[in-house]
Amino acid sequence: MSPSTAIGLAIALPLLGAVGIQLTGSRPNLREAVTIITSLLTFAVVLTLYPVVTGLAPHNRPELELLTVLPGVALAFQVEPLGMLYALVAAGLWIPTGLYAIGYCRGHDEQNQTRFFTCFALAIFAALGIAFARNLFTLFLFYEILTLSTYPLVTHYGNDDAKAAGRTYLGILLTTSVLFLLMAILWTWNLTGTMEFKLGGILAGKAEGPVVAALLALYAFGTGKAALMPFHRWLPAAMVAPTPVSALLHAVAIVKAGVFTVLKIIVYVFGIDLLGRSGASDWLMWAAAFTLLSSSVIALSKDNLKARLAYSTISQLSYIVLGGALATAAGILGGGLHIAMHAMGKITLFFCAGAIFVASHKKNISDMDGIGRAMPFTMGAFFLGSMSIIGLPPMGGSWSKWYLAMGAADGNNAIFIAVLMISSLLSIGYLMPVVGRAFLFPPKVSEHSHGEHGHGEHGHSEHGHGEHGHGPISAWLARIFPGFHEAPLLCVAPLCVTAIGCILLFFYAEDIYNLLLPITQSAPAVTVER
Amino acid sequence: MTEHLPVLQVALPLVAAPLCVLLRNRHAARGLAVLVSWLALAIACTLLSQVQDVGVISYKLGGWAPPLGIEYRIDLLNAYVLVLVASIGAVVFPFGFGTPEQGLREGQQHLYYAALLLCLCGLLGITITGDAFNVFVFLEIASLSSYTLISLGRSRRALTAGFSYLILGSIGGTFILLGIGMLYMMTGSLNIADMAEQLPLVSGTRTVWMAFAFMVIGTSIKLAVFPLHQWLPNAYSYAPGVVSAFLSATATKVSYYVLARIIFTLFGAAFVFETMGLQRLLMPLSVLAMFLGSAAAIYQRDLKRLLAYSSIAQIGYMTLGLSFANVSGLTGGIAHLFNHALMKGGLFLVVAGIVYRIGSSKIEDMRGIGRSMPLTLAAFVIGGLSLIGVPGTVGFISKWYLVLAALEAGSMLIAFMILASSLLAVVYVWRVVEVLYFPAEQDPSSELKDPPWSMLIPSFLLIGATIWFGLQTDLTAGVAGDAARMLLEVAE
Repeated sequence: MSPSTAIGLAIALPLLGAVGIQLTGSRPNLREAVTIITSLLTFAVVLTLYPVVTGLAPHNRPELELLTVLPGVALAFQVEPLGMLYALVAAGLWIPTGLYAIGYCRGHDEQNQTRFFTCFALAIFAALGIAFARNLFTLFLFYEILTLSTYPLVTHYGNDDAKAAGRTYLGILLTTSVLFLLMAILWTWNLTGTMEFKLGGILAGKAEGPVVAALLALYAFGTGKAALMPFHRWLPAAMVAPTPVSALLHAVAIVKAGVFTVLKIIVYVFGIDLLGRSGASDWLMWAAAFTLLSSSVIALSKDNLKARLAYSTISQLSYIVLGGALATAAGILGGGLHIAMHAMGKITLFFCAGAIFVASHKKNISDMDGIGRAMPFTMGAFFLGSMSIIGLPPMGGSWSKWYLAMGAADGNNAIFIAVLMISSLLSIGYLMPVVGRAFLFPPKVSEHSHGEHGHGEHGHSEHGHGEHGHGPISAWLARIFPGFHEAPLLCVAPLCVTAIGCILLFFYAEDIYNLLLPITQSAPAVTVER
Repeated sequence: MTEHLPVLQVALPLVAAPLCVLLRNRHAARGLAVLVSWLALAIACTLLSQVQDVGVISYKLGGWAPPLGIEYRIDLLNAYVLVLVASIGAVVFPFGFGTPEQGLREGQQHLYYAALLLCLCGLLGITITGDAFNVFVFLEIASLSSYTLISLGRSRRALTAGFSYLILGSIGGTFILLGIGMLYMMTGSLNIADMAEQLPLVSGTRTVWMAFAFMVIGTSIKLAVFPLHQWLPNAYSYAPGVVSAFLSATATKVSYYVLARIIFTLFGAAFVFETMGLQRLLMPLSVLAMFLGSAAAIYQRDLKRLLAYSSIAQIGYMTLGLSFANVSGLTGGIAHLFNHALMKGGLFLVVAGIVYRIGSSKIEDMRGIGRSMPLTLAAFVIGGLSLIGVPGTVGFISKWYLVLAALEAGSMLIAFMILASSLLAVVYVWRVVEVLYFPAEQDPSSELKDPPWSMLIPSFLLIGATIWFGLQTDLTAGVAGDAARMLLEVAE
């Protein structure tokens, strides 16, 4: 298989999967098999591209041009390191998320599961389209497909809350993308006459001074999926959706599409040189710093676990934007690494939140006292995921923070090292209490029984049975751990895998580092050597 | 044979219309109308490819040489509009084949097809002719038949809607005739190309200025340029579904063509934009139309009315493109003429299918019907996304050129306004999508299902075309760009 075919196949597979899911909708087992097989195949195809990217020189990357939409504007794809990383994250995490979603939807008897899995596959299709986009038009096209294909997922329950959340979701994402991002793209086209991504940027020599800063503002705020304040409201609003959707939003595809777009535009449209030289991104550093600190503080105040994790995501996304805005090699590397690290950590945390909800119907942290005894695997994974988000070794998250701090030091922006450290302290403050309560506090007896018998009062959307999937393994475990009450195996297994993934990323970070290194070659020399 | 195609383009529907009346049978009349519309499309496509190959075609009617005789003069611009009008006819006429025509009295249906054919004939005639007085004649044929068609709507208010269109349309037609008369006085010719040659000699006279004002305002009434749009919402919302689809996709588009012809071919861009300063009037009015039309659409309770107000906003985009008087803007305007016809025609057909099933076009009666009519919902969503201008749809292509035109003209503000007004489209489109998509409190009757295939196929042809031409723009933006360069006399 030639690399060009592989690009086409990687993007087409999830689309075909969506069609297959729709066609097999009446037979759930077959439908689920389609999801699993498609996700495995997609990941395999994406993996075949990895050696191509690391092996070839930048000017010799595989491409696939489908058609010319307007003179000079083509629907075309190309594999480059940053996109490769995002494609690996999206396709790789689709597998555990798909499994988890199957377990979650069955454990919960969700309605409209066919629509759910169809839209899920469509979202992955759009994510891979973004990852491999060769120019701004293709990126924008798939960016909007991603927004629209996730709308039915966010509004899955179809009640008034979901409708309101859907309005916020579409409202913010479409407004920012149409008003700012499209404007920025057209302005770039007007200035340069091209939309193709080019290492070192296309704006150098075509735009100077305030125009660069204004364009950067349009791009940064136009990418609403990066959730830079004040355009972050859609992310907490989307919390009404089922937990697998939150995992998709926060880890697999959507927010990562946002920060990926920001990094990609900084590297391939502006060029690190231009930004570093002109200082046009100074304001963006402060905007990102503000977002990452204030959303950490907001996260501290949230008792609802998913809401707390949502604000944590907003904060972590700004790490990546900050890494791009620093416009130093280490900053870009740190931002890129953080895409992978945060994805793995946050998906673990959301899987855990969903597993807790499926097993005990608890949403609020204050109700989770002592839950670690009933759910040792889930809460153990939560602990590992939290460590990665905070940035403690031996978790993957420690590397990305390390390089971000280095990036700040390189660019004489040492104050942002302090910002990063304060934010890490704050994340300890909002994540560790959950683990502490779960393992160290005694269970609240009355709350516990409420959790087991109070299913009826949770509205139609939240019906479910914690008893699902309790086979011989859990019976055996229950004998070892008294009071053992885990979520179904299909929920717990994926979250254990991703938690182990957080540790593995610590040891394999060098591969990602080497993958990304070529994109920084136009930047000032990399002073950080490992 | 092929050298007579220009006259056949107009003569076929003109002859078929009285045949329909004579046939006195609705099935035969319908079959004839569909057949003629398909033949008209074939002729139009042939003409376009001929023009692309050999350049301007001049056909002398009855062998009388212009400027005395009537000349049919086909260049890239009107060949393109002919293809548009004919394809809309070819898709819309078979809509609902096999189902009873709604709201028509028994024994009158064949007259309805005669009127449709006459309307098609008039619209094609306006487009193809190179003679100013001929434009007026065909304009009246198209207008009179469309007054009839509108008043055939089921509600009694269709009669008043048709009547007020008759009044305003006649004023518009009269203004155009007055303008033509004055120009005839000054130039002694009715042939547009001939007039255009002589006008520069007399362009300083007050008579020519008056003629210009009369002709532009008259055309603007027919085109429903804000604030001369009063007739449009009622006409489109009370007319029968197919008629709304046909007129919204063709009548205003042909008027736009006439306006472009008057400005660029007859008077010339220099006179219009430098001497008369039309852009100083047209640009603010277009921007107002974009915002007020969309804002009004947000508050409509009737889906057809909502689409009608959206049309006013979309016409604003087209006239805005014209008022830039640069290649990008004119390309955007002319491309949007085609693109808007596809999406609005498609959407009106989708609504006609909904009305066929639930018997109402009120938005509140449509709660949750997307569950039992999934294909209808899908078609509406795609058409709506096209109105918004999401990439991958035709709306994006138009917006692309219009924003570029604004940037080239150095107006960042207008560029932002174009994008901001498309956000209003998000509001009015998504308001309907929410109603269709989310389940109703009480389930709609379970018998509800998608309209028959004879309705779905035409709807999907137009809706599918909004995606096809959103990615494949050789025919739309490509030809529009060539036509724009031709009108502005700019070399490629």
